[in-house]
Amino acid sequence: MTIPYALIVPTRLVHLSAVDVVIVVFYFALVLAIGFYLRGRANTGEDFFMAGREMTAWVAGLSFLSANLGALELMGWAGSAYQYGILATHWYWIGAIPAMLFLALVMMPFYYISKTHSVPGYLKLRFGEPARAVSAVSFAFMTVLMSGVNMFAMAKVMQIVLGWDINFSIWVSSLTVAVYVTLGGLRSAIFNEVLQFFLIWAGALLIPILGLYEAGGWSNLKLQIAQRASDQYVHLWSGLGSFTDNPMGINWIGIVFGLAAVISMGYWTTDFLVVQRILAAKDIRSAEMAPIIGAGFKMFVPLIVILPGLLGLAVLPMKLVPESVAAATGMHSYNDVLPLMLARYCGPGLLGLGITALIAGFMSGMAGNVSAFTTVWTYDIYRPLINSKGTDHHYVNMGRWTTVIGVLISVGTAYLVMQFASIMDYVQALFSFFIAPLFGTVILGMLWKRATGPGGFLGLLCGTLSSIGMWAWVKADPSALRYVALSPHAKALAQDMFQALWSFLVCVIVTVVVSLATKPKTDTELTGLVYGLTTVPSVGDIPVYQKPIFWAGVVALVFLILNLIFW
Amino acid sequence: MVSIWFFIGISLLVNGLLILGAGVYEIWHPPAEQVVLYSLHASVWWGALMTVIGAAYCYYFKPGRKKA
Repeated sequence: MTIPYALIVPTRLVHLSAVDVVIVVFYFALVLAIGFYLRGRANTGEDFFMAGREMTAWVAGLSFLSANLGALELMGWAGSAYQYGILATHWYWIGAIPAMLFLALVMMPFYYISKTHSVPGYLKLRFGEPARAVSAVSFAFMTVLMSGVNMFAMAKVMQIVLGWDINFSIWVSSLTVAVYVTLGGLRSAIFNEVLQFFLIWAGALLIPILGLYEAGGWSNLKLQIAQRASDQYVHLWSGLGSFTDNPMGINWIGIVFGLAAVISMGYWTTDFLVVQRILAAKDIRSAEMAPIIGAGFKMFVPLIVILPGLLGLAVLPMKLVPESVAAATGMHSYNDVLPLMLARYCGPGLLGLGITALIAGFMSGMAGNVSAFTTVWTYDIYRPLINSKGTDHHYVNMGRWTTVIGVLISVGTAYLVMQFASIMDYVQALFSFFIAPLFGTVILGMLWKRATGPGGFLGLLCGTLSSIGMWAWVKADPSALRYVALSPHAKALAQDMFQALWSFLVCVIVTVVVSLATKPKTDTELTGLVYGLTTVPSVGDIPVYQKPIFWAGVVALVFLILNLIFW
Repeated sequence: MVSIWFFIGISLLVNGLLILGAGVYEIWHPPAEQVVLYSLHASVWWGALMTVIGAAYCYYFKPGRKKA
């Protein structure tokens, strides 16, 4: 029997003082003030849905990173670091940096010069209406559901950490997001994401600084972790030779080909939630620099996410346990490690800032989901399929109403999850079904001019169905994981990696076979959409140190050095 | 249009002042339950750092200021 989450009310982790409450309230006042200030600058479709396409590289880059830096991400991966050790860093380094650089240098020019409003919009231009419809409907549906799941998770965290009523958290956060996105559109969402970026670093960076001080430095921390857990908890690659040599139960093939080559590429290059921020850049150089700036900062996010998890292993007096055990025993779960570390070092004021950083992370993630949903609904579903003759003003109004409706659907989903907790697992699994095949479709569309509309559509459909099939197979028979992940020692995370890899390959094979059997588009039709038929716009005659390729090289070099240091 | 960096500056400045104030207050009125490494007075120097950065952002990106 499923226990409704609302019935589980553990003891709160921290108590806020008056100054902490003032800091939290000031944050809400500031985001609403930004929304009201920007309300006069969201009157046209370009303004409301694309922030006027006038964002600088820094604003677009930090917003791009922030849209992914939600509080669930922070707390979840800090918990994973406690559970699996430094291996969790792969999701920040090889599972992000190559994909972000690939987006900047290879894919961004196509998104940008096609002047599309969305990723489904690009699919329409390249493969036709059916591919766009599949992609847009699945994305819109999943985005609001994910927003609801995140909203519920936030409310639950606030209940556990602060003792706040779950309804209060849901309604205050959702109404605030609805107000500032409805008023200011994407520009308002982006501004608040940049604000959130600074708050997260200001609120979380003290934990690793003080934690390393308490542990006696990195060398001593490694010794303590080796004593309390295992030496493999502080090595990135040396334990990935086989499934049994590391705490995650995965091997290097899953990490390199599943995570880095497919899941990460799919997420960072085709998930419209993050790509939308880059499309708002003011020119092609800014559009290319934005993901590179995001990648530069992404490399250092493990400082405030992974390191606190590792420090928790060494300095926390209690042992943390899985969520299911925590719910049954009243002990703290892995996911509590970040709030526990916050409470350990942060007194009045600093605690409020840390909590504000978590709330800001939740709200900006919700705003990102809602603004992406609004754009895809208006431009890729409503306009082509329902009303293609509206004025620009009509579509802006539709966007505002869709924002409110999207938030309300998210709230409804949050309450649904509250009653049936298992829905959360299903929704998160559903989201993963679309990412890998979508990447296969988009990348073939950009790089291979022979790919046809029927090929792209059927490849996307078959890849998605194969992903659902593998997930259902393992759900019905858990021992089937040995076939999906190619090892009897594989654990749950390995399933995600290999499932993505196989569904990507299914998508690519079906697309290639069907394309070769169907009539290709002419070169003229594909100009501006495919490599080899498109003059990629130049960033201009600028000094080498201002060129995106130069900074991508710098980021790639630091990425390699970091992996070698923590090998 | 007011720069986004000005809003960032406001946020860092106000939060920095509040944290610095709370840290200074704690020096004169130490709490009964102290956090780990309380003796380092992290609130004071972290709040001061945020205040300085926030003030610099506010000054440099204040509305109407012409950049050199």
